[in-house]
Amino acid sequence: MILVVLPAHLRTLARVEGDVLLEVAAPVTVRSVLDALEARYPMLRGTIRDHVTLERRPFLRFFACEQDLSLDPTDVPLPDAIASGKEPFFIIGAIAGG
Amino acid sequence: MSKVRVLVGTKKGAFILTADGKRQNWEVSGPFFAGWEIYHVIGSPADPNRLYASQTSGWFGQIIQRSDDGGKTWETPGGEKLPKPGEFPAGASNKFVYDTSPETGKPLTTHQWYDDTQHPWEFKRVWHLEPSLTDPDTVYAGVEDAAIFRSTDGASSWHELAGLRGHGTGPQWQPGAGGMGLHTILLDAKNPNRMYIAISAAGAFRPADGGKPWKPINKGLRSPYLPDQDAEVGHCVHRIALHRSRPDVLFMQKHWDVMRSDNAGDQWREVSGNLPTDFGFVIDVHAHDPETIYVVPIKSDGEHYPPEGKLRVYRSRTGGNEWEPLSKGLPQQDCYVDVLRDAMCVDSFDSCGVYFGTTGGQVYASADGGDSWAPIVRDLPAVLSVEVQTLP
Repeated sequence: MILVVLPAHLRTLARVEGDVLLEVAAPVTVRSVLDALEARYPMLRGTIRDHVTLERRPFLRFFACEQDLSLDPTDVPLPDAIASGKEPFFIIGAIAGG
Repeated sequence: MSKVRVLVGTKKGAFILTADGKRQNWEVSGPFFAGWEIYHVIGSPADPNRLYASQTSGWFGQIIQRSDDGGKTWETPGGEKLPKPGEFPAGASNKFVYDTSPETGKPLTTHQWYDDTQHPWEFKRVWHLEPSLTDPDTVYAGVEDAAIFRSTDGASSWHELAGLRGHGTGPQWQPGAGGMGLHTILLDAKNPNRMYIAISAAGAFRPADGGKPWKPINKGLRSPYLPDQDAEVGHCVHRIALHRSRPDVLFMQKHWDVMRSDNAGDQWREVSGNLPTDFGFVIDVHAHDPETIYVVPIKSDGEHYPPEGKLRVYRSRTGGNEWEPLSKGLPQQDCYVDVLRDAMCVDSFDSCGVYFGTTGGQVYASADGGDSWAPIVRDLPAVLSVEVQTLP
């Protein structure tokens, strides 16, 4: 199971409390995690990445294992610690604005 | 006894204010969608329990919310059901994709940018939702960058009415200071094939007669910030209003100038008259007297607050030109709030109620056509929109 940490506003929108556990088939990548997240919570479609281009929205970042993966190709396998669920995959809203 | 429900969109959530027909004692519920910008909340004229809300965020984009119980509970249409195995999730209620088909979209891929270059259309948010007068599942959306979309399935999915951007003047449209938004959609109760829309900064438009594409309806408008001051398009229209009994008569608050048309926008004339300033955002029409109109004058486009620090609604009982200030119950010193374009409305009680919200978080109500005012709430986040429903 993959552990995903969402920003507070997206937890509210998805009507979840706390972090999200997802079943994701190997290989676990940013794209496959987001595919699984949107399949489980369709109301999140368009809020993390564009509906059509699937590009990350500008003010969101993807962190994992103390690394910023936001600019990496989305089909690169995530670290083993993410794939095994030992470490969470963070979806972070930029602090700018508010 | 009849009730009234005021729907308020703010910079940090939505609020619902309810009262009986006396409109003296109010209950406040909310915030709904706390922390999100709520550009607009509105009820369906065909089913008052059906509400739509535009929820938006610079981080997370656009969300459309729908309620079927008058705002007690909400859902994201199409996103509430889990897909079946192997089925791609729906979740398309926030999917606004411009029509780029060769027939309609291909020539429409750019508009004028601030530096006079051409810029591609980019969806940013829904500014305004306008439900059908007869079908609760049909609703129109005015969006930034300016375009009009329609849903016929209760906002579960959206399709652009590309004829608006396709009629040919799109490359001359340009964003105003707040973006290039389509903010006004007026439906004609007598002619289901007619509607009016307005865009900052492009102007007003309506579908041409006989089912032909849309056309600009800006003759008579003059804007000193345009090289050709009476150009066909490019005017920063802030708001248009009409009375449903008389849909060919339109009133407009332009960037500067209050205007009137008696022929469905074919020709406009200025009716600013004795207003202390004719800059402003809101304009609305009395529920029972189509010649009585309301504006809130704002000092200037550089100083977005009332003249002299006095918050005054101005009323004309003559369809413009002759205006009287309405100040009883409104702050008359040190008031420096703004009233944004979607933040005024009227109810349909015999004694017409008038409502408006401010960027200071106040929502004011008058139960006597504007003669006197009282705040319903004083300390909400900055108010973006105010709508009202008169309920049985």
